[in-house]
Amino acid sequence: MAKHHVTATVNGDEVEFLCETEETLLDVLRDGLNLTGSKEGCSSGDCGACSVTLDGRLVCSCLVLGCEVGGRRIETIEGMARGERLHPLQQKFLEHAALQCGICTPGFLVAAKALLERDPDPDETEVRYWLAGNLCRCTGYDKIIKAVMATAAEMRS
Amino acid sequence: MRYEAPESFETAVALLAGAKGDARVLAGGTDLLVQMRADILDPELIVDIKKIPETRAVTEERGGWRIGAAVTGAELKESARLKKAWPGVVEAANLIGSTQVQGRATLGGNLCNGSPAADSVPALIAAGAVASVVGPKGRREIPVEDVMLGPRKLSLQKGELIASFFLPPRPKGSGDAYLRFIPRTEMDIAVVGAGVSLTLDGAGKIGAARVSLGAVAEKVLLVPAAAQAMAGSTLDQPAQERLEAAARAACRPIDDKRGTVEFRTQVAGVLARRAALIALERARAN
Amino acid sequence: MAETLTTARDLPQTYVGTRTVRPDGVDKVTGRARFGADFNLPGQLVGRVLRSPHAHARVVSIDTSKAEQLPGVKAVVTRADFADQPSEFIPAGEMMINYKDMVRNIMAREKVLYEGHPVAAVAATSTAVAKRAIKLIEVKYEVLPHVIDVVAAMKPDAPLLHDDLYTVGVEPKPDKPSNVAKRIEISQGDIEAGFAKADLIVEREFNTAAVHQGYIEPHAALASVSEDGSAEVWCTTQGHYIVRAHCARLLGLDIGKVRVTASEIGGGFGGKTVVYLEPLAVALSKKAKRPVKMVMSREEVFKCSGPTSGANVRVKLGATKSGQFVAAFAELKYQAGAFQGSPVQPGVMCAFAPYDIENVKVIGYDVVSNRPKVAAYRAPGAPISEFAVESVVDEIAKKLEIDPVELRLQNAAREGTKAAYGPKFGPIGLVDTLHAVEKTNHYTTPLEPWQGRGVASGFWFNIGGETCASLTVNEDGTVSLMAGTPDIGGLRASLAMVAADELGVPYEKVRPIIGDTGSLGFNFLTGGSRSTFSGSMAVVEAARQIKADLCRRAAKLWEMPVEQVTFENGHVKPVEGASGKGKPMSVADMAKLAGKTGGPIGGYGRINAQGAAPSFGTHLVDLEVDPETGRVTILRYTVAQDAGKAVHPSYVEGQFQGGAAQGIGWALNEEYVYGADGRLQNAGFLDYRMPVASDLPMIDAIIVEVPNPRHPYGVRGIGETPIVPPMAAIANAIEQATGVRFTELPMSPPKILKALRERGVNGRGNGKTHG
Repeated sequence: MAKHHVTATVNGDEVEFLCETEETLLDVLRDGLNLTGSKEGCSSGDCGACSVTLDGRLVCSCLVLGCEVGGRRIETIEGMARGERLHPLQQKFLEHAALQCGICTPGFLVAAKALLERDPDPDETEVRYWLAGNLCRCTGYDKIIKAVMATAAEMRS
Repeated sequence: MRYEAPESFETAVALLAGAKGDARVLAGGTDLLVQMRADILDPELIVDIKKIPETRAVTEERGGWRIGAAVTGAELKESARLKKAWPGVVEAANLIGSTQVQGRATLGGNLCNGSPAADSVPALIAAGAVASVVGPKGRREIPVEDVMLGPRKLSLQKGELIASFFLPPRPKGSGDAYLRFIPRTEMDIAVVGAGVSLTLDGAGKIGAARVSLGAVAEKVLLVPAAAQAMAGSTLDQPAQERLEAAARAACRPIDDKRGTVEFRTQVAGVLARRAALIALERARAN
Repeated sequence: MAETLTTARDLPQTYVGTRTVRPDGVDKVTGRARFGADFNLPGQLVGRVLRSPHAHARVVSIDTSKAEQLPGVKAVVTRADFADQPSEFIPAGEMMINYKDMVRNIMAREKVLYEGHPVAAVAATSTAVAKRAIKLIEVKYEVLPHVIDVVAAMKPDAPLLHDDLYTVGVEPKPDKPSNVAKRIEISQGDIEAGFAKADLIVEREFNTAAVHQGYIEPHAALASVSEDGSAEVWCTTQGHYIVRAHCARLLGLDIGKVRVTASEIGGGFGGKTVVYLEPLAVALSKKAKRPVKMVMSREEVFKCSGPTSGANVRVKLGATKSGQFVAAFAELKYQAGAFQGSPVQPGVMCAFAPYDIENVKVIGYDVVSNRPKVAAYRAPGAPISEFAVESVVDEIAKKLEIDPVELRLQNAAREGTKAAYGPKFGPIGLVDTLHAVEKTNHYTTPLEPWQGRGVASGFWFNIGGETCASLTVNEDGTVSLMAGTPDIGGLRASLAMVAADELGVPYEKVRPIIGDTGSLGFNFLTGGSRSTFSGSMAVVEAARQIKADLCRRAAKLWEMPVEQVTFENGHVKPVEGASGKGKPMSVADMAKLAGKTGGPIGGYGRINAQGAAPSFGTHLVDLEVDPETGRVTILRYTVAQDAGKAVHPSYVEGQFQGGAAQGIGWALNEEYVYGADGRLQNAGFLDYRMPVASDLPMIDAIIVEVPNPRHPYGVRGIGETPIVPPMAAIANAIEQATGVRFTELPMSPPKILKALRERGVNGRGNGKTHG
């Protein structure tokens, strides 16, 4: 069975790759394109560590097939910083110690960015429910939520 | 494993009907990919229907709504008019999984995965939704409550797939709601799900009503007795008790890692009542 | 609370106790940091494991011939590729392990003892080929009856896992093998006499289910073995020196020929202090002569890596009517899983440790059963025993009508108290944490119907251990710091701060890394809440060497006796009233003269850190119960814990919050669910229910500081204590909210609803939480 030949845009760059039918977008990102920032925590859409946006929509890349993304626009954690300038969320996560081991951090950042792009003024409950699909085992979520709300406040001002 | 992304139902149906081995429809993929990864499924053919326009459209039609089978929960939430007409259906679709899952999961997939615990199905059944099915013999309409026969068993024939759902016109004074019980606040499969849709009569009493229960039987149930229990009332205490009793009487759940028979039956009554109260509140505001 | 971020400043500046930005942070927020599965080598093969579908069976035969012949398969290993190991116990964190058991756990020999037990492993050119190869391996099993439950496993007619396991610690020695590996006991005083003095005795039995550490990153290892027998391993681990030791032992390699690099680690909590994939990857790579990468699936993590024990615990506590505890007894039965080594010993030690009780007796049993071998999980053993004890303490408080914090204060261990497990406590902070909680606004906020408030205290003893750290002063005055214990959540920041303060250099000029096993002497693993405690001591020692060396160099430069030179505020300078003159020189100044004054400047601390001191904590929780569904909502949570000295307050708070969150999951929804067939039914994040962001409120963290006199900065380990109090605090709160005392974990909605209905507890609830 011949592989699929797919072209798509990843973090603003046009990319080309080959993939088997059963390979997920996460497999393609990590193994095909060497973008290992998106993590595999469960492969069942339950942990959010593989979060990316697909045409601006927050999704789990483990739930999308590589062959589905032809012509689509994908944004991963690697595209979040602008050159040397960290995105405000990234900066606030550092300042608020919103990460301990860091494995869930890329997923949270992508998800939080998608939230703030839709809703610049979420309350604590809205942030928690939006991020319910991102599991963290280290932090108890407290500093993550604080970092997201602080970023929202800063971006609004 | 073959992957095809046809642009018409004709091609999709021909692919599915003509498949030698296991063939699966791909909409959101939030169940299919998980099952493939877990080696529960190993399809020979995947038919991605998202390039077929009807599956992706949300349109007002004959006073009601036609929702494509491959429209995502997140997209449903973005239609203000649909949310206003059918808040229960939209909420139900947006309880499936997480924000990420709602970015992909569809009503068609949620139904055709064949789980009696599917979140959107009780809301669709309560709404009186009808599935528009295309197949080798053409198109036919099936009430949603007749699509699922049992766990992973559908009444669809080989080569058939759901193209879209039709939600009937909404009279004034109508409201719907969906509630589910899960042990956490998010991310769990429903242990019990209750969908209620009702319309008030001229006197402000409950007229037409539909009550649907999920995760309490081998398929999602439509419970006419529960609707009957509320009919003609303003959902006062006696009516609530009748409703709860009727909901409980309809349950035939199993004991599994998510809930016991006793627990599901007891909570089904509670949720039916709570969902009905919200639907009533919404109906009064309409 | 005010959070001041540190940026580059002029000296003098001290960092310990401030909230710096961690040096490894940028890589982690950009996705650049490389975790276990993020490293690849050219030509690498994919490794996969064939695992037992049975909970208990004899492995009659294994035929790998078809797999070996499949094109693309480069190596297959089974029990035949691992030499048997004699029985030898070695410490691993706070637990003991045995090589005879370990070689069997990583690859089954005579029997498979749990569903998921490895039976064979393959290395192939792709995942698809590896999967097909696994399916081609033919194993003949003789299925045996299995036993899952700890009490059932102790019965004389229970299915026997090991026919050479004779209970240690009972007299007379048993003549028949059993599933009870050992019986331990600690005691002081006379509990019979003690209970005779009690006005009130409460006796309760508790049951807890097995729970998993739940780290988000699955186990992963990449091994590359050369023809001369040297091996390189990249893996996610809490102890790369331990991985090295185990791989060397199990594969018959020289320790010096195995070089292990610890990747960034995506959570461990004790579960990554042991090996699973690493020896398999090394064995496969040795055969295939190519690198082999192995990553566990989430299902494998749950089924095949050690959770912690489930247990049965009986507690009996006696008090006078004025609230003084006079006698305490507990009997703990802990599941070890397939091989002995549950954390029953620390469970026994910690059970009554927070209290000053004259008469104590605690008995513990280590029991095997057909489940994955347990691994350490954050304060291993203590959360279980202290859940039981703290619940009974609460019951006594309620029965005697004494405030639960006051009752604890009355009986609290203090400096000089002799713990039942042996040592006399030095200065400790239990009382301080109790007072801290009493003073909070949380403690006095009024509650509504169906809401309850619970308090519980907890203890962990913490460890020190072998640790090495090197500090190198570079030519430009920057300092390279190499530590040897994997950084699981902020260690590099803390060590860099200590180095900066010791040497008087800016924090930004210290670059910490975690060295591989070839770069430093032996380091015990990250665990036991020891990495900041021990690592900072090793850094202090390395810095001391540098400072002494700089003084010698300056003395030579200034032609003065070395006794007249000192190091102060980041500078070498002559002492007051010295005979000679010399301009004070900073570390950077001296760095420029390094070559001229004897060569590169560095220090190497190699210690076996002693003086680890316990950390006590007290938790306070408010929650609401929905009486119609049994659902519990956590409304408010406060942690007060003694850190001795918080090197980086944000990361100390983070440990408090993270441990509390794990405890909340343990209390409410986490459990291993087994079918009658001995197979795990919830091996995924869907049905193994860990708390999500919407389940929790903010967790207020109060850092108490009672300095540890045996550490240069007063540091105590703090990472483990936070998981100890939550389950009892929550059970106590549920009791207040509903009047029902729960003695079984998790306290999930079906159990709560059933108990409420059985006791005729009715109500509609507050209507705030739906569904």
